[in-house]
Amino acid sequence: MTTASAAIEARDLTKTYPKDVRALDGLGFTVEAGTVFGLLGPNGAGKSTTVKILATLTRPDSGRAAVAGVDVLAHPDRVRRAIGLVAQRSGVDLEATGRENLTLQGQVYGLHGAGLRARVGELLERFGLAEAGDRVARGYSGGMQRRLDIAMGLIHRPEVLFLDEPTTGLDPEVRAAMWAEIAHLSGAEGLTILLTTHYLEEADRLAGRLAIVDRGRVVADGTPNELKGQLRGDAIQVELGDPEPDGRAHAALDRVPGVWEVTVEGRSLRARTDDGSAAVPAVLQALEAGGVRVASVTIARPSLDDVYLRHTGRSLAKVAEEVPR
Amino acid sequence: MSATMTHSWFMTMRHLRNLARQPWWIAITLVQPVIWLLLFGAVFKATADIPGFAADTYVDFLTPGIVVMTAAFAGGWAGMGVIEDLNRGVIDRFLVSPVRRPALVSGRLVQLGIVSLIQSAIVIVLGLLVGARFPGGLAGLAVLVVCSALMRASLGALSNGMALLARKEETVIAASNFVLLPLTFLSSAFMQRDLMPGWIQTVARYNPVEWTIQAGREALTASPDWGLVLSRTGLLAALCLVCTWLATRAFRSYQRSI
Repeated sequence: MTTASAAIEARDLTKTYPKDVRALDGLGFTVEAGTVFGLLGPNGAGKSTTVKILATLTRPDSGRAAVAGVDVLAHPDRVRRAIGLVAQRSGVDLEATGRENLTLQGQVYGLHGAGLRARVGELLERFGLAEAGDRVARGYSGGMQRRLDIAMGLIHRPEVLFLDEPTTGLDPEVRAAMWAEIAHLSGAEGLTILLTTHYLEEADRLAGRLAIVDRGRVVADGTPNELKGQLRGDAIQVELGDPEPDGRAHAALDRVPGVWEVTVEGRSLRARTDDGSAAVPAVLQALEAGGVRVASVTIARPSLDDVYLRHTGRSLAKVAEEVPR
Repeated sequence: MSATMTHSWFMTMRHLRNLARQPWWIAITLVQPVIWLLLFGAVFKATADIPGFAADTYVDFLTPGIVVMTAAFAGGWAGMGVIEDLNRGVIDRFLVSPVRRPALVSGRLVQLGIVSLIQSAIVIVLGLLVGARFPGGLAGLAVLVVCSALMRASLGALSNGMALLARKEETVIAASNFVLLPLTFLSSAFMQRDLMPGWIQTVARYNPVEWTIQAGREALTASPDWGLVLSRTGLLAALCLVCTWLATRAFRSYQRSI
């Protein structure tokens, strides 16, 4: 099943949790070695479960997966030596210093002596933790703990690094710094990175290819530009004055030529058109004629959110707001 | 096997180091046993006058009981550390590394055992200060302390396993509360065995807390029955192995459930 250059292969993964919660429903994708691959989707879409399976933390009900050319179900021990995992929930021992955390992590992978000390020092330096290295991690900021997490995931020079929601809960500035670091990891070291995120911008910026995940399945995959390119024309977004339960707005726009893929969610109406600026007057006219109040109109080039909307019928930004963290 | 030993050592060092950062914790967990020792020692002083009560004073009798009780409680609560590591994601991090599963248990148990030795020694010294005397001397005290550590590790392993299955602090607290007091009072920790009701004597025969007390008290007499001491120590060692195995298995159940 494994092609020569694939660092990760997942095929038909399914997993159901108790109470019939179907986390994965035939999910599959392939990641080329040395690339950054993004799994984009809201919480509960199955991203973390996928990472847990690929990282040998848990097993699927059915399906197959290989990481670094090794079957994760048949040889989890060999997979473990080839991967680093930076999990959503961190993994830093808060009672230990940064240096102690890294040292123990290295020992577990069989590093020792001067080689281990040098590697620990190098990683502390590289992740801006040299000064804080001998302080207990409980005193670290969120960004520092995250950097320590990544450093721990890298200590044994893995071939594949899993980053599960690496910037969730971080301040915008810290997030930007983290993006630069992740981009550097894949560029300079030839590392294969599987990144999960529910931030569109993060997937757009970091992932060479990505898969949009919804309800345990991959609904679309490709490079961010390919995905956006599948959407013809511009996106029109209209904020309505009142929520539209009766579909009046939808009906009004169906009569406008050159406008398609109309969706209404609450007060937010989206549609696609060949030329946004030409279509806006007609759209406004149609809505007015239909008795629908309009608060604002925006035209945009297609974004990943439009891609997500197209494939799932929902806006990722909306779904992310709805799911409490 | 050697990788398991090495990894156990790394994990033991982690737990000991974290404990060394908060040594006051050892003192805090001793507050309760000290109160029991002083209060019970005073309240039930007259117990020594009951016909058939073998020990010279009640404090002589009570001190080993408190040593064992301290160990039982600390063992039962050990799962709280697992919950904290689970919540922090530390356990998951180790589970996706090549670390040997038994080391994740044994590292905790060795630390538990070492802390047990320290706490037992402190309680014994306190007992001596309030007048307890032990004819069995150092050898007897060593048996008491070692058996307490084994029992503590056994209950600790069970508590760890339960924490992995339940994954909730509340459950560990409820289960510990539910189990620990009966285990302590259905033993001869506070009263000589043949002076207790028959049914308690029967139940106590299967109680690892009782095995620990029996071994310790016997070894502390002037002329111990070493056969009894050895059999109880053997039972505790076997129990410790079984519980460690169970706790290691609990990691598999945990991984299946996530």
